[in-house]
Amino acid sequence: MPQTDSTGAGLLEPPKLTRQDFVSDQTVRWCPGCGDYSILAQVQKIMPDLGIPKQNIVFVSGIGCSSRFPYYMNTYGFHSIHGRAATLATGLKTSRPELSVWVVTGDGDGLSIGGNHLIHCLRRNLDINILLFNNRIYGLTKGQYSPTSEMGKKTKSSPFGTAEQPINPICVAIASEATFVARSLDVDPVHLSKTIERASKHKGTSFVEIYQNCNIFNDGAFEEFTNREVRSDRMLYLEHGHPMVFGKNHDKGIRLNGLEPEVVTLGQGGITEKDLLIHDENAPEPTLAYLLSRMDNPEFPVPVGVFYSVQRPCFEEVIEKQERDLTARLGSGNLEKLIRGSETWTVS
Amino acid sequence: MSTQAGLKAPQARVEELETVVIRFAGDSGDGMQLTGSQFADTTAIVGNDLVTLPDFPAEIRAPAGTLPGVSGYQISFSSQDIRTPGDAPGVLVAMNPAALKTNLSDLDEGGILIVDTDAFTPQNLNKAGYKSNPLHDGSLAGYRLFEIPLTSLTLRSIGETSLGARQATRCKNFFALGLVFWLYERPVEHTEKWIESKFKNNAEVARANMAALLAGYNYAETTEIFTTHYRVTKAKLAPGTYRKITGNEATAIGFVAAATLAKRPLFYGSYPITPASDILHELSRYKNFGVRTFQAEDEISAIGAAIGASYGGALGLTGTSGPGVALKSEAIGLAVMTELPLVIVNVQRGGPSTGLPTKTEQADLFQAVFGRNSECPAAVVAPATPAECFTFAIEAFRLAIRYMTPVFFLSDGYLANGAEPWRIPALADLPRIDVHFATDKATFMPYRRDPKTLARPWAIPGTPGLEHRVGGLEKEDVTGNVSYDPINHDKMVHLRAQKIAGIANDIPELEVFGKDSGRVLVLGWGSTHGSITTAVERLQAKGEPVSSAHLRYLNPFPRNLGEVLSRFEKVVIPELNLGQLRLMVRARYLVDAIGLNKVQGKPFKVAEITDKVEELLRGERHATN
Repeated sequence: MPQTDSTGAGLLEPPKLTRQDFVSDQTVRWCPGCGDYSILAQVQKIMPDLGIPKQNIVFVSGIGCSSRFPYYMNTYGFHSIHGRAATLATGLKTSRPELSVWVVTGDGDGLSIGGNHLIHCLRRNLDINILLFNNRIYGLTKGQYSPTSEMGKKTKSSPFGTAEQPINPICVAIASEATFVARSLDVDPVHLSKTIERASKHKGTSFVEIYQNCNIFNDGAFEEFTNREVRSDRMLYLEHGHPMVFGKNHDKGIRLNGLEPEVVTLGQGGITEKDLLIHDENAPEPTLAYLLSRMDNPEFPVPVGVFYSVQRPCFEEVIEKQERDLTARLGSGNLEKLIRGSETWTVS
Repeated sequence: MSTQAGLKAPQARVEELETVVIRFAGDSGDGMQLTGSQFADTTAIVGNDLVTLPDFPAEIRAPAGTLPGVSGYQISFSSQDIRTPGDAPGVLVAMNPAALKTNLSDLDEGGILIVDTDAFTPQNLNKAGYKSNPLHDGSLAGYRLFEIPLTSLTLRSIGETSLGARQATRCKNFFALGLVFWLYERPVEHTEKWIESKFKNNAEVARANMAALLAGYNYAETTEIFTTHYRVTKAKLAPGTYRKITGNEATAIGFVAAATLAKRPLFYGSYPITPASDILHELSRYKNFGVRTFQAEDEISAIGAAIGASYGGALGLTGTSGPGVALKSEAIGLAVMTELPLVIVNVQRGGPSTGLPTKTEQADLFQAVFGRNSECPAAVVAPATPAECFTFAIEAFRLAIRYMTPVFFLSDGYLANGAEPWRIPALADLPRIDVHFATDKATFMPYRRDPKTLARPWAIPGTPGLEHRVGGLEKEDVTGNVSYDPINHDKMVHLRAQKIAGIANDIPELEVFGKDSGRVLVLGWGSTHGSITTAVERLQAKGEPVSSAHLRYLNPFPRNLGEVLSRFEKVVIPELNLGQLRLMVRARYLVDAIGLNKVQGKPFKVAEITDKVEELLRGERHATN
């Protein structure tokens, strides 16, 4: 389908793009073995399938290892300052709603210094995508604890262990009135690309937490449940409309006991799939999503996939509508009238 | 019942005056700002020149009747061209003892003092700290005191009403306004219309206010309490169509004009802060001009969004006061590094920290010029009058776009809230703002500079083939790739500095008011213009060898500034800070400039400047004798 180029230059037939078209000429400078490589590869891989002209895609980031991301994407990119990517994205998307805007952030950038912006960006629900790489450590500054580091974690800045309860990104997103909340992981490229693709198609702010291994400062942070050997027993792949079943032999499930989830074994004590929780991303209230977000290793399998997905008007759409309505009522702004104001007098 | 100003009671004598200064003072709940601005509107329409000085507390409603709760509005109006709200009021309307106590020392000796006697209760006198009632203890003997029971007369004029006692009492400001309208021969029609439209959904409130207004007018006319009323004839202003405008209004519509001239949408990111919030209120109404406003979660988000909008090709604007600029500094550095157009409005207020939120000051000059990490140059402009806020809003964006740079627009609380008549410019006389977006794939390099301006190209998302990355890391010259090369960094620091310095070739030379050379040059910037010019005019009328010059560009300075300074024996710089421009001028030009500094949250009085200059002239004479 022909598209109008936003500069007004004319009609363009979008060329058939490949993954290679999204690889920039910059050398990738992440540490060898970093989980960021996998995320970059998946994003570059799905880009051609989105059908968006390359010039209309903008990656915005803050500061941190993850925030180098835009340099490696052959799209428009803005590597901004620590924690503020969401603010730049907000201004850009509000003034250029036709652009596809992506925010790449990390657990420090997005939840510590930029926590305030993340909250407000989510509740405004601009039609943008936020990818939060969570490695539970500060990598770029060489190994201090982050707001998602587990309580008691020993790091360079917490030699005796942290004294802080970590924050849960999914809970934050839900509490911030996000309309799309998902989680994926660097070591499952298939799930990751599917999740990012779904996020990009969501109308509204999509929030994806990506478990990402920092092999230098926090190696194996997620190993306990992401290791291939144990993954199916310790992770729960959420699927909309399906009962929550997991385990190598598909024999375990999640059942609701009062207001608490519990792990049950199918076939034991007469339990069948009918007794299990059915995943519903589109539930009007995020109660189920929140309940899932609190499930953590080792007591529960760690859920990944889309927790929550609902529709709500986007900030920029509401603004555009107000603009259209006012223009319909008053006509396009007349500068001369504006300058004259309501009362004038003349000196001759 | 007659309401026509033309029908005067036969017994009142008319006296013609050139300039009158009135101050309305009362509790912050008494509606003094409204009373003052209504008086100013009518005064503008009858054709006087005018300057206003609203002065209100930071508390929305401090405890009633207390000294911190006093709110005032001063207006000077004249048949001549005037530039200041007057050093001292000749008329003081004091709605309660606290207002009397805080304002009396400013009133001219022998000035007119109108008080609401109903408010001089033992309780209110006590709250204001009066040991005895000043109305009875002879302490007001030096003034022409008019004791009027404004509250009870107001209630009587309203008569039977469904309004509660408190609401009915609140109409007393309109009674006072009516009274002063008569005293200075102003018509009531404008305020009548205002009341009708303001309270169109509340007929009883409209009726009560209207009744109070007319009763005040008629009271003054028919009682013999005032033997004289005063006439200030139309000012001889330059021919043209005028409107009344405040600095914040002029700032807001100036930016709309800039966007219209540039044919680009305006994006305003802001977080509410006194005294800049009115700009946000005003701009948020102009959606049909393509203005998009964003009330951000904080100051940083406000500027971040503005930078994002600029990156996308809109005119990115953020507005705040000093504390907000402090929070924005890192992001301003980002805009300097990414070389994007951006305007930062700072409506300066008293500081440091939260300081004096509603009072004026000029102490953020260093913050604008230097207040960022590393070598981080930005252009700085400062309008000198409320109306000039319009001109400099356009100028700020002209420079921001032409030089791809952040530009500071330094206003202050006095300019922001003060009003004056403004001769409306013709659209055709407004400057052009040219916007060129890069489109040529073959030649595009993100940091390839225009040889003349040193600006880099503005390449916005959506342009095919120009996909590139920008950011806060140091850029390689021309390519814009990340570079940690020491020689490249040195070059880029110099290039950014040269780009801003080069703006000096694109702005007007500094003009001297008065003779080109002489004993004393009074150099100012920003809102001190009115006081300085009036002071220098007075001194020149006495034949003193004094001139003045006013800087509207603080970074870079006009290219002839050093040369102008060298033509005067002495340079005095009045500033509402401890000498920030003075330090810059001394450092740059090695001129031994003398400071006149005041940080009281108030503009300079004319006499403060004339006194200082006269002292310098005397000193000089002594020295040469």
